[in-house]
Amino acid sequence: MKARIIIVGGDKNVYFLTRQFIQRGDHVTIINRHPIRSRELARQTKATVVLGDGADISRLEEAGARRADVLLSLTSHDQDNLVICQIAKKIFGVPRTLALVNDPDNEVVFQKLGVDVVFNKTKVIVSMIDQIAHFEDIATLMPLAQGRINVTDVVLDAASPAVGKSLQELQLTEGSLIACIIRNDEMVVPRGNTRLLVGDHLILISQPETHEKDLIILCGES
Amino acid sequence: MSHYIIIVGCGRLGSLLANSLSSAGHQLVVIDRNEAKFDKLSTEFSGFKIVGDAIEMSVLRRAHVEKADYLFAITTEDNLNLMVAQIAKIAFNVPHVIARVYDPAREAIYGEFGIETISPTKLAAQAFLDIMRKDV
Repeated sequence: MKARIIIVGGDKNVYFLTRQFIQRGDHVTIINRHPIRSRELARQTKATVVLGDGADISRLEEAGARRADVLLSLTSHDQDNLVICQIAKKIFGVPRTLALVNDPDNEVVFQKLGVDVVFNKTKVIVSMIDQIAHFEDIATLMPLAQGRINVTDVVLDAASPAVGKSLQELQLTEGSLIACIIRNDEMVVPRGNTRLLVGDHLILISQPETHEKDLIILCGES
Repeated sequence: MSHYIIIVGCGRLGSLLANSLSSAGHQLVVIDRNEAKFDKLSTEFSGFKIVGDAIEMSVLRRAHVEKADYLFAITTEDNLNLMVAQIAKIAFNVPHVIARVYDPAREAIYGEFGIETISPTKLAAQAFLDIMRKDV
């Protein structure tokens, strides 16, 4: 389904977001208050760019807020993101508004004040760091299917309970799979009788619900 | 009767209000990001000063917003004033909340949200027009 999306503010991420949305066939309008940035965005993307303050009612009108399906407010000031979403909703009836919050304490208040989706940047980054700190030899390569599948690079160290075992003996949770083993920079195709060694990189495909369990089987309790 | 009053933004208007309300016997808390702004408070000012950003919940909690009778959001930023006013009203149930909003269009919207607003732009325009009407 093609959507009409308005993006207000934001830094480098706006360019990548816009590119992604346009590839999907969505129609994107950007409101940005910086003349140089706006000109760059107009040149680099197929979006319509409106120069000005996103909380200004006439700029929203100009950006087509009346017909927009979604508005994302991504400025670095929480107060601007709140007011922009509220005006978009109240005056223009935009069905879905998303605000970026920088101060994690504001998440609940924003929801109370009528913002549909609150994207808590700090919380997301902290939870990513937590995951990495928890299993430091593990890097998530990519979430697939809207985060329902994880592809992870797991490195085995001497303490890993999986070292010395064959894949058959491992008993990962159902639905998980070791797609590939990288050993001394060479790819080893995993078979049931392949024994795991210290330093092996395992490319693990798993689901979020059982992901942690698989990591414990491979790396032990941390 | 003495009220507990929080003033966000200690510029010309904020300090003027803080000084006169404090000398009238009210309990005042003034919040500003910039400590130097407190220089405008008179030597008789007996309230509290908090350096911090009032859109941070932790700063509002330090000011004991939940106990306030009045909160005036009068920084130079419309959106900041509107956000602080709404947090005070909805999250802390402050009975009287007033925000200064320069943009008359934005002021009109927030009236509908149940936030009391004062637009200096509109007030000044009205004052000019009133004087003109008298002269003509």
